[in-house]
Amino acid sequence: MDFGPFLLLALMEGMVMAAVLALTAVGLSLVFGVMRVVNVAHGEFFMLGAVIAWFVTHFMPGPPAVAFAAALVICPLLVGGIAALSDTLILKRLNYDPEATIVATIGLSYIFQQTALTFYGPDARPVLAPFDLRIQLPWFGYSGYKIAVVFAALAILLAVWLLMTRTRAGLIMRATQLDRNTARAFGINVDRVYAAVFALGAGLAAVAAVLIVPIQQAHYLMGHDPLLLSFIVVIIGGLGSLRGTLVAALVIGLSDGVISVFFSPTLAKILATLLVAMVLVFRPQGLFGTKP
Amino acid sequence: MLELSNINAGYGNVQVLRGLSLTAGPGQVTCVMGRNGAGKTTMLRAIMGQISTTAGSITLSGTPLQTLPAHEVPRAGIGYVPQGRRLFGELTVAQNIEIGLMTRGKGRATRDYVLSLFPRLRERLSQRSSTLSGGEQQMLAIARALCLEPSVLLLDEPTEGLQPSMITLIRDTLLTLKSTGVAIVLVEQRVDAVLAMADHIAFVTAGSVAETVPNTGLSTDSAQFKTYVGV
Repeated sequence: MDFGPFLLLALMEGMVMAAVLALTAVGLSLVFGVMRVVNVAHGEFFMLGAVIAWFVTHFMPGPPAVAFAAALVICPLLVGGIAALSDTLILKRLNYDPEATIVATIGLSYIFQQTALTFYGPDARPVLAPFDLRIQLPWFGYSGYKIAVVFAALAILLAVWLLMTRTRAGLIMRATQLDRNTARAFGINVDRVYAAVFALGAGLAAVAAVLIVPIQQAHYLMGHDPLLLSFIVVIIGGLGSLRGTLVAALVIGLSDGVISVFFSPTLAKILATLLVAMVLVFRPQGLFGTKP
Repeated sequence: MLELSNINAGYGNVQVLRGLSLTAGPGQVTCVMGRNGAGKTTMLRAIMGQISTTAGSITLSGTPLQTLPAHEVPRAGIGYVPQGRRLFGELTVAQNIEIGLMTRGKGRATRDYVLSLFPRLRERLSQRSSTLSGGEQQMLAIARALCLEPSVLLLDEPTEGLQPSMITLIRDTLLTLKSTGVAIVLVEQRVDAVLAMADHIAFVTAGSVAETVPNTGLSTDSAQFKTYVGV
């Protein structure tokens, strides 16, 4: 294959990676932005989304498209519910202390991992794509499902943006993010907002996992990479900045795609980590973050 | 009527309020004065449920407030203008007002009334609140609290750092509110502002009210101001 088509293929792979990464990282960024909680269990919410998607598609009768559509609805709701419960039972009791919540979410991540290992097992298992469409370009054929993943992620990100900027719920979340004590003085139930934001963040990770699981496979240790890459993205973009998260996800996703195709996935991760280090040295608040 | 009876409160192991008692009646302005660290802001935060009391009672028209979670206190009818305004700086003027309105489900009539008190805010509805001048920010902080249609309004040094014309506007607004029956608790350091508005003045020292006097016959030279405020 010539260089041009090869580059196009790499960019398309990078776009799929960027789309899924953006969804996952926006969830992490939302949780940090509103709650000031560094959620180390975020990757396990991703993993739970994929594992539950396997259960739903495996046990639901009917065509794969219907089972997959059901997984797209059930997984984020279930994972969001688990997250809300974790918030109420654990994080709230710690009064959202930044250090204590890091330790608590590390503990949560092990609980989720071991639970998945117990009930799902150690094997990686595939989930069928909802449709099998191959788009034939002049130089190569490409999965129609992967293109659908990009558009689905864009639609969900647009919905999140509309939620945050155009709705009453978004206004409440932003007010809570800006000053939780003053928000309380105006009748905002901050505990409820935090539970909802934690659920939303986890739900976004779960949706991302459902979208990617027909391309990768569901496995109980699959949360590590999304967590690492999400942290890389939110640190580069600026903790709590949704705009920064999206831009950084695009940069990291595309570069990962291109470098992985032309060189190796390991080199892509090394360069991403190097970029984080440089951002932390030269612009610790991230590209779009504000100084504390 | 807001009644504080022998309340103790503080931060962690540091006790700030020691048996503080205060009453604020409808249609009256109760000014609270005292030196820095006397416990004035802590008292307001205790009323709002932002810090816990360890003794005493806080009631609004007989209803105990201490049993309510902090977010239920404004719903009970208490508006709060905190020190430093504490606006939601990245939100617009209109959005700050909307936050105030949504709590008690108040609608357009309340919004129009509030904006009629501060017409300048109407011209700045789409402006980010952090870009307003200090006086306009204070107007917005008061307007946002009034969106709750409070029966009691707590203000923490609302004239701090403002130019005289703005202080006059805020004073006139508070006197208008007073005439509508709102009970006003005003923490203030400026003696002239206090004398212009207060019905009663409570002097706070070391976490309790040392003396409450009616605002009759007081002047800037009165002994209480020298004793409790140091001016």
